[in-house]
Formats: sequence, structure tokens, C-alpha cells
Amino acid sequence: MKLKSLALGCALAALGTSGFADGHGAKVKVGMITTLSGGGAGLGLDVRDGFMLAVKQSGNENIEVVIEDDQRKPDIAVQLADKMIQSEKVDVLTGIIWSNLAMAVVPAAVAQGKFYLSPNAGPSALAGKGCNANYFNVAWQNDNLHEAAGAYANTAGFESSFILAPNYPAGQDALTGYKRQYQGALSGELLTKLGQTDYASEIAQIRASGADSVFFFLPGGMGISFLKQYADSGLDIPVVGPAFSFDQGILQAVGAAALGVINTSQWNKDIDNATNAAFVETFQAEYGRLPSLYASQGFDTANLLLSAMDKASVTDADAFRSALKAAEFDSTRGEFKFNTNNHPIQNIYVREVIQEGDVFTNKIVGTALENHADVYAADCKM
Amino acid sequence: MSLILLAEQVLNGLQLGVMLFVMAAGLTLVFGVMGLINLAHGSLFMVGAFAAAAVAAATGSFAFALVAALAAAAAAGALIEVAVIRRLYARDHLDQVLATFALILIFSEGTRWVFGSFPLFLNIPDYLSGPVSLPGGIQYPLYRLFLIAVGVLIACGLFALIAKTRLGIQIRAGENDREMIAALGVDITRLYTIVFALGAGLAGLAGALVGAIQSVQVGMGEPVLILAFVVIVIGGIGSIKGALVGAILVGLTDTLGGVLLPQLFRLFMENSTASAAGSALSSMLIYILMAVVLIWRPTGLFGART
Repeated sequence: MKLKSLALGCALAALGTSGFADGHGAKVKVGMITTLSGGGAGLGLDVRDGFMLAVKQSGNENIEVVIEDDQRKPDIAVQLADKMIQSEKVDVLTGIIWSNLAMAVVPAAVAQGKFYLSPNAGPSALAGKGCNANYFNVAWQNDNLHEAAGAYANTAGFESSFILAPNYPAGQDALTGYKRQYQGALSGELLTKLGQTDYASEIAQIRASGADSVFFFLPGGMGISFLKQYADSGLDIPVVGPAFSFDQGILQAVGAAALGVINTSQWNKDIDNATNAAFVETFQAEYGRLPSLYASQGFDTANLLLSAMDKASVTDADAFRSALKAAEFDSTRGEFKFNTNNHPIQNIYVREVIQEGDVFTNKIVGTALENHADVYAADCKM
Repeated sequence: MSLILLAEQVLNGLQLGVMLFVMAAGLTLVFGVMGLINLAHGSLFMVGAFAAAAVAAATGSFAFALVAALAAAAAAGALIEVAVIRRLYARDHLDQVLATFALILIFSEGTRWVFGSFPLFLNIPDYLSGPVSLPGGIQYPLYRLFLIAVGVLIACGLFALIAKTRLGIQIRAGENDREMIAALGVDITRLYTIVFALGAGLAGLAGALVGAIQSVQVGMGEPVLILAFVVIVIGGIGSIKGALVGAILVGLTDTLGGVLLPQLFRLFMENSTASAAGSALSSMLIYILMAVVLIWRPTGLFGART
């Protein structure tokens, strides 16, 4: 295979063909492990659809994508990764949504010399001491959006925030991230149960605490429940949170209860650049719904991979790695570059939930952090 | 901690308790009368919520949505009783668990197939939204008071049904001796279908009621199912009274434990450690309660003595 593609590459180079992608000729097989069933399926579907849209638009026939459903279970994700590496012989893995699944799969995969491109999960353990030259995160380090929420809280003049998140690693990271930037006092700090659906008790405590603002990280259905119950409780102190509780898939289920809420994100559909405008339009045409930040992350991940394929053959790991690291592709976020630990350095925006016709969506109202890098990069020795 | 906050938390605990009761009543009847472990009870909760969301979106009426939830879940319950469950009564519990677990997967993927992977919108109607002022200066959401009232009404209705009606007599007789009431000429097949559909309908109604303040999504029934099992084990399997007492106990323990334990730990710990330790322990609290009850009364609070 290697010899054959080298020979093909030489032959094509000799012929002086113009197509650079064909010039290297190496096929890249991508294994996508993502969540396509169960309660978290909306996120996986968006990543998959964004990724496949970019592949389709590129017209590149040298890329083959194998997609499997991890059911949000770490053991299944590990089995799938083993199968993809050993019997499918994939070159690149991608797709994982949840940090606990990423921790189970990524270290083993990169240790076997595979490339892993993360379209979502960015656990701190893989950004600092546990970083790896073959691991690239195209989305964010987990703390980033929460840090941005903390920065926003300072500019908004919040002085006593009440903060809450589910009691699991990403939830604790969220509170740490917020506190890293936020300079005011805390009027309360709560860790809720993962998967909790009733927040009456927490809302009563917020009311009793006399806080002037609420920061919450409750991804997926937890956020929907919290926002609906919060709106119905009659409390009217401002709420901020990361984009995960305000993505396009969730907002329609929350409805008017989310209107006006401030949230932080590295992407929004109104970021003004040609790539993003085309992405939003073609995604809507292809799938009949607005893209979410997850879809944009899937789309960027595929374009990063395609840009590296244009420059180097995956069979030459060093060249391919440098090509990935260079990140010379048109991102939906505008300019895109990697930090020393292969995590993005990027702007994080402040968004507000608005209503456009019947559809609830976000618009950017400011920038929380410019060219923001994560704090773990300093611990990363590659 | 102020008295107002405590009173509010007791109301929250009651509200959680009565909703758990509506969910657990069907489960305990089915287990008590037919001896069947029905893991798919949570799926019927989900069916109710999705039916309510679909009907509310189409008609804009919350009352219609509740009726639709009850009807859809009861119909789904009757359907699976006739098609699948009926074949399981004579089998052992492991077969029942396997078959009803398969039903969970079928319901989940079927619902996704029909409604898609994204959560649906179901909201409280305007006339039930917003907070009301209670005596003592408590601001409490009207909808949650409505939930408590509905739960209490359903409990009264069920007690009347079991104690006063012919169907209730048959259900009680069925719990005690299946063969004997069949020999006395009661159509046991029909009775089982009715009991199963009744339980399913109640689960569906609970799904719709709770779905309006939570997220209507695939898989929403399973966490509630686990709590409902805890409730019927504490209360004693087959006992409606036990389900009510167990549900209120679990509701209050869960809510008050979640509030009081972190506060208690804060007396001798640093703030974030206290909330981490407190919330870890409070999520175990209802299982500790269950263990204590089982040590004291191995068949549950109101279970049949053996």
C-alpha cells in the first residue's frame, strides 16, 4: 500500500499534474466515533453532519470516513477505537463529544501512532502534562468558554455570583474556569447531580442567597430544565453560561425562557467571514436546520484534515503532523491557529439569545476574550 | 438557613414526591398483581411527554396535551401488554427484565425515528405560569402547586378505585391469589390488560406534567424509573399506600438532603469541598434510606408479611 501510493505519487508528480491533493495520492481513512443515539445524540449528529458537509464540498475522493455510534459509553468507545485501529486500519480518529470518553480513547490511540482530531471534548488532562503531538483539538480546551463567562461577568459589573454545575470532572472544570477570570465574590457554589432534571431546590437557594447574577454550566437536557424552571420562578437576576446550554438544537426546546440570556462561544452563525456565511447557508440547505457550534466544529475539523492532506501524505507522519499544526485552512471562526499544545488560540465571543421569526438563535454582542489560550499549555512538553 | 427557605424546600420535596407516586403507582400495581418487573415503565413516561408535546404544538392547548398523554401512554401500554408482556407472566424475572429492557430500546429508537434527536418544546400554559405569594412571604411557582394538587387528586382517586369499586376488589384479589380469582370466573386476561394500561396511562400523565418544566427528550424516563423502583421497594411491592408514603419519603429525603448536607459540611469544611462532599453524599441518601428500611422491614413499609 505504502509502496503503491509512493509509486503513484511519483508517477503523478512526473506527469506534472496540477492537483496537489492527487499529487500525494495517499488515501486517508478516518474513523469517526461519536454519539448518535440516546440523550446526547443531537451533539454527535451535528458534529457528523458538519464534518461530512466539508468532506462533500471538498470533492476530495481520497478521504474515506467510517462512522460508528459510541452511545455515550466509554467502554463502547474503547471497543470501537480498537476495532477501527486494528481491523479497519484507520489513519485518523475523530468525533468524540464527551470528555470522559475522550480520556478513555485518545491516549491509547495516539500511543499507537494514530492522529486524533477532537471536534469537541477538550479535557485539561490532554492539554497539559498529558498532551501529545498527534492529538489536535479543533474546538476548545474545556475551561475556555467558562473563563470567557467569568471575563464577561467582570465587564458586566457582577459582584456576587451564584455558580452551579453538575458534579463530574467537566462540571468542576467549569466552576474553576469561571472563578479563574471572575473577580467578584461568590454568594454560593453548588454541585448538582449529573442528569438532574429538577432544580427547584437550587433555585430556592439562589433566591435566598441574595446573589446579583447566576453562572451555570448544565449541558443538554439539564440546561433546558434549569432555564424553564428559572423563568417560571419569578427570579430576575441575570444568568450567564457557556454556549452548551444555548446551542441551536436546544434553544427551540427552551423557548422564550432563554430570550436575552448571555452566553459565551467561540463560534456563532453571524461571525463575519466568507467561509462561515457559506457554511451556514449550505448546512441549512443540506440538512434543513440551522447549524450549531458543534456542527461548526465538525466542519472545521474536516477542513483542517483536508488542508493537511493537500500538503502531505498521511504515510509520512512527521510531514502530516506539521501540515496539521500549520492549520492552513479557512475556518468558520476566521483566523485559526494552534498553541504549542495543539489547542486553539482564538477569540471567545459574548452572545445573546434572540428570536428571528419563529426561530430562537444567538447573536454576537461583544468579545469576551481575544486570542485566548488555555492555561495548561505551559505544562505541555512535546 | 431561613425558615422560608426550609418551607419552600419542603414544598419542593412534596412536589417531587407526589409526581414520583403517580409514576410508581402503576409500577407497583403491575408488580403486585401480575408479578411482572416492567423496566419499560420509564418509556411510557417518555411516550406521554412526547405525545403531550406533539399535541400541545398542534393545538396549543395544555389540557388537550394532558389528555393525549394519558391516552397515548395507556394505548401504548395496552398494546405492549397484548403483544409482548402477556407472554412473560409465567416466565421468571430474568426473562421479564430482558424483554422489557428490549422494549426500552425499541421505544427510545422508535421515538427518535418519529420525533428526531433534538429535545421537543413543551411549556407551562400562561394561566399556570409564574410565582404566587404564599402566607409567610414564600414566592412559589403556581405550576408546582398545581402538580401537588394533581398528585393528591390522583392518589385519592386510586384509593377510591382500589377500596370501593369492583375493579379494585378484583385487583386486590389478584394480588392475593391469581388462580383463585380466575377460577371464580373473573376474566384475568382482561383484568391484566386494564391494570397495565391504567399504570401506563398514569406514567404517561406524569411524563407530560413533569415534561412541561423539564426537557422532553429521548431517555428522559430511565432516571425516573430508578427512583420509582426505589419508591416501591421502600413502600412495599404491590401496595398503593406504600407507594404514596415511599414517594413522599424519597421526595423529601432527596430534596432536603441535597440542601441540608452541604450546609452541614460547610460548618467544618472549606466551601467548595463542602459542596462537593455534600452533593456526593446527598445523591446516595435515598439509597441509604432504602437500605435502612429494608433492614428494618425486609418487605418494605407496607409490604405483605411473609
